[in-house]
Amino acid sequence: MFGFGKDDTNALTMNQPHPDSLLDTGVQGVISKPLDRVDGPKKVTGTATYAAEYAIENIAHGVLVSATQGHAKIKSIDADAVKAIPGVIDVITDYDTFIRNSQQGGETSAPTQGVRTIDYFGEIIAIVVAESFEVARDAAKRLKVDYEPLDDAAFDYEANKDKAEPAPDGLIKGHYDQGDFDKAFENAPVKIDVTYTTPSQNSAAMEPHASIAVWDDGALTLYGAYQMPTSDAQQLAKALGVAQSKVRIISRYIGGGFGSKLGIAPESVAAAIAAKQLGRPVKAVMLRQQVFDATVRRSNTEQRMRLGAEAGGRIVALGHESITSNLPDEDFFEPVGIGTHFLYGGENRRINHDVVRLNWTLSGSMRAPGEAVGMVGMECAMDELAEAIGMDPIALRKVNDPQQDPELKVPYSSRNLTRSLEEGAKHFGWDQRQAPGQRREGDWLIGMGVAAACRSNQLQQSAAKVELHPDGSATVSSAMTDIGTGSYTIMAQIAAEILGLPIEKVTMSLGDTNDPPAAGSGGSWGAASAGSAVYLAAERVREKLAKAMGVKAEDLTLKDGMAIGDNRSVPLAELVGKDGLSAIGEIKPGQQEKQFNQASYGAHFAEVGVNVVTGEVRVRRMLGVFAAGRVLNAKTARSQCLGGMTFGIGTALTEELIHDPRTGKLVNHDLAEYHVPVNADVPQLEVHFLDERDIHANPIHAKGIGELGISGAAPAVVNAIYNATGVRVREMPVTLDKLLDHLPAL
Amino acid sequence: MKLFDYARADSVATAARDGAVPGARFIAGGTNLLDLMKLQVETPETLIDISRLPLTAIEEREDGGLTIGALVPNSDLAADPRVIERYPVLSRALLAGASGQLRNKASTGGNLLQRTRCYYFYDPATPCNKREPGSGCSAIGGENRILAILGTSDQCIATHPSDMAVAMRALEAVIVTQKPDGDRRRIAIGDFYRLPGATPEIENVLEPGELITHVELPAAPEGRQTYRKVRDRASYAFALVSVAGIVAVEGGRITAAHLAFGGLGPMPWRNEAVEAALVGQEPTDAAFHAAADALLANARGFGSNDFKIPLTRRTLVATLRELTQEG
Repeated sequence: MFGFGKDDTNALTMNQPHPDSLLDTGVQGVISKPLDRVDGPKKVTGTATYAAEYAIENIAHGVLVSATQGHAKIKSIDADAVKAIPGVIDVITDYDTFIRNSQQGGETSAPTQGVRTIDYFGEIIAIVVAESFEVARDAAKRLKVDYEPLDDAAFDYEANKDKAEPAPDGLIKGHYDQGDFDKAFENAPVKIDVTYTTPSQNSAAMEPHASIAVWDDGALTLYGAYQMPTSDAQQLAKALGVAQSKVRIISRYIGGGFGSKLGIAPESVAAAIAAKQLGRPVKAVMLRQQVFDATVRRSNTEQRMRLGAEAGGRIVALGHESITSNLPDEDFFEPVGIGTHFLYGGENRRINHDVVRLNWTLSGSMRAPGEAVGMVGMECAMDELAEAIGMDPIALRKVNDPQQDPELKVPYSSRNLTRSLEEGAKHFGWDQRQAPGQRREGDWLIGMGVAAACRSNQLQQSAAKVELHPDGSATVSSAMTDIGTGSYTIMAQIAAEILGLPIEKVTMSLGDTNDPPAAGSGGSWGAASAGSAVYLAAERVREKLAKAMGVKAEDLTLKDGMAIGDNRSVPLAELVGKDGLSAIGEIKPGQQEKQFNQASYGAHFAEVGVNVVTGEVRVRRMLGVFAAGRVLNAKTARSQCLGGMTFGIGTALTEELIHDPRTGKLVNHDLAEYHVPVNADVPQLEVHFLDERDIHANPIHAKGIGELGISGAAPAVVNAIYNATGVRVREMPVTLDKLLDHLPAL
Repeated sequence: MKLFDYARADSVATAARDGAVPGARFIAGGTNLLDLMKLQVETPETLIDISRLPLTAIEEREDGGLTIGALVPNSDLAADPRVIERYPVLSRALLAGASGQLRNKASTGGNLLQRTRCYYFYDPATPCNKREPGSGCSAIGGENRILAILGTSDQCIATHPSDMAVAMRALEAVIVTQKPDGDRRRIAIGDFYRLPGATPEIENVLEPGELITHVELPAAPEGRQTYRKVRDRASYAFALVSVAGIVAVEGGRITAAHLAFGGLGPMPWRNEAVEAALVGQEPTDAAFHAAADALLANARGFGSNDFKIPLTRRTLVATLRELTQEG
């Protein structure tokens, strides 16, 4: 075995730039190509096994019970009547251990536990387990719960928002002040002071949250639908009070997460407790209404935007003050101003986050927490400022495109905002845009809008293993997940490129915490983090091949399963030996993220039609131009952006969770009345990528892309509505009733 | 879902007989009933499966109309060449509803009997007089964006969700039924539905076990036809307001008008005063607004659905312009 340990580790901490990449010198030619998903055939043939689909012997079916009060104490639960129903095995109410709400993503502590006191309508309080799903669901509905309402409930945002308090410092500061905002704003030659609101939203992933819990000799295997199995297993172990080594999570296929599956949700703990108590495996799938009621919502936001500028457009005062909501005692707050911190210049800044405590579903991360809704305030305010100055909105953004981070005073690792705007404008035909309310085709008022896109880039500690087998094929394994994004495919492409293998020769294993730990899918960090781990593992395997061949690694060429060097060409199978070669790669963030501001950028362009009779808004076309470092797979990257832009259409036009202010109940908790855009709402979307490499980000030179497509998409649509109609609607979503009164009389 | 018995009917007669047993419900496509059973909004003791009864034909009538079997799927009805040619308002209304998959399953008879999509009706955790008589109406004083502005009562402000039934109301369809005793009835669609009043749980005049077997469409009225549906997204959303319109103009005057509305009331809505305001008039905006005045004279909003009043006016006026414009 040429003196190498079987699984030695190639670790890299990003303390230095990494200008050379094997992805640039590889000759296999698979990286960046628009390859089909390697997991696609399994998904379309139904052979990809999702969490709820594992065929486990002797499984019992659990259905969760939802509280029908918004803020109350449970006095008693009449389990006996339900236990008498034929087929019911048990009703389990572990008041102290059940989790009140989902845990936030990446946390390693237990979620808030204890459900005897109800804090929001629909909180999960029990699990009924039966021999069939149907019996369990019926029994869950029939379970009688006696409540004692609590009189300090806060169900109504408007009635409680005066009680908002500064958010605790977290991912970003709760309150941030720089320079003298008040004075600069007061003295600014041009200023706007407007308030935008966005409602609560739900991720509405196609697959509901689902867990199957199987105990074996004190160790738990949980088949779950989770985005971050490594930290989810830590959360679950702590919630259950068992050692971390005793919990294994398997999440091989996930039907979308969009943030709602970052942390563990109530079904996992309930299934695990029930399975332990009953001594048999238990499956728990949340009902669609429970996914809405009892996982996470994106908080509603109220955003006061104050921008002060010089006549030439340069911003001198930038204020972005938000109020969001969450349950009492939760640290998370929607980081509305996260992008505002670095998107535009301006010496005098105030970026504040206040939180009001409501008895509503937990708020947490949903696709691009912060930017997705914060950029509605920021980018619509920029549109208003441009108009107040009499400037083209693209020109205004270019004037305020800073040379360095305006707060941290560090350079950007790579930033192509202006180029995105310019290329997009050219391609979209921005010069055809007319003054507001001027363009009409039949009953449709037509307008164009633009907005910047930005999303902070993150690298998270992650590991992956690459094995090269005696037959010349390879396996890549990691606790990373593919939540529909394309992780399986891009990780296979990275390994194939570096090892010189056709993509078919690479087998992927993801979503199992028995494999090397990874940060999972969240915050757009998955590809860069897990991809870099694969890079490092493959790099080490490549070094071993060079050694086996007796050449220097830099003199080795790998292509189509052959090692070429020193005027020789040898099949890999001859070099790997009978035990194969393997290595673990591990990436960690380092000084580079402190020395540089790292983010992805882009520009969104939208053209909408507004029906002059009814106020219906239809998006006619959209273009997104994005610069996110190396594109690892042109097809899956494009799909990520299409999905993000579609979310943006939803934010602008249709998506809104409605809480009944009398009870805190979420009234539209299903896919019929919570309106995500359907195909007919989504026109041809165009996506362009700018060629970019980021040597400060990671060895694969890629930045986050999963959330870039949503960040800025909604305000482009909203600004287009203004251009079409001359009406500013500052309350999302822009449903027709908000336009109706402002349309021309018939 | 509560456990239930299941029986497949082998004839209309046995279906009607078995359907008369308390707790029995007919099931055809099940696109609405199954959802409601899962939520335990509906808790039948027995499902009588009528889906294999021979009620799937669309046949010509002597009066130039069509007789539609109650089990004709919505997709087939929308795609029937005779419907497309003679009743485009119906074809358009059908295609404006639900999704392709649902239209493949949904039956003509079942579509007429859809339950309201009121948020609170769908949620047994909240009071609802329609679901649980006497428990109260959560929509009044609550969220009512999608609910009714016409024909409401203090007990219920639900809307009927069908698009198809709105077109059928404009076409003056007749609903043919068979009772458990074998008697057949022909019920004008205008007499079929009931206002909620103090008994919102009773939505139509069907008696226990009475099975819809056919829908008769009389010969299409003179005039141009259209169906305009206004909704919160471009597809797969119930109507905020919809208009089924058939209007004839001759010699510069409106000679006939048939108008029915969705999204406004507890039944596919028709008000003959609206049509009377139009017939004999020149097709002007003044006449159209007079028609809207007649329609909305008793309209009442409940907060978040107030916008439906101006929206209805605008949609009606624009639809009438479209139906009467020359060329």
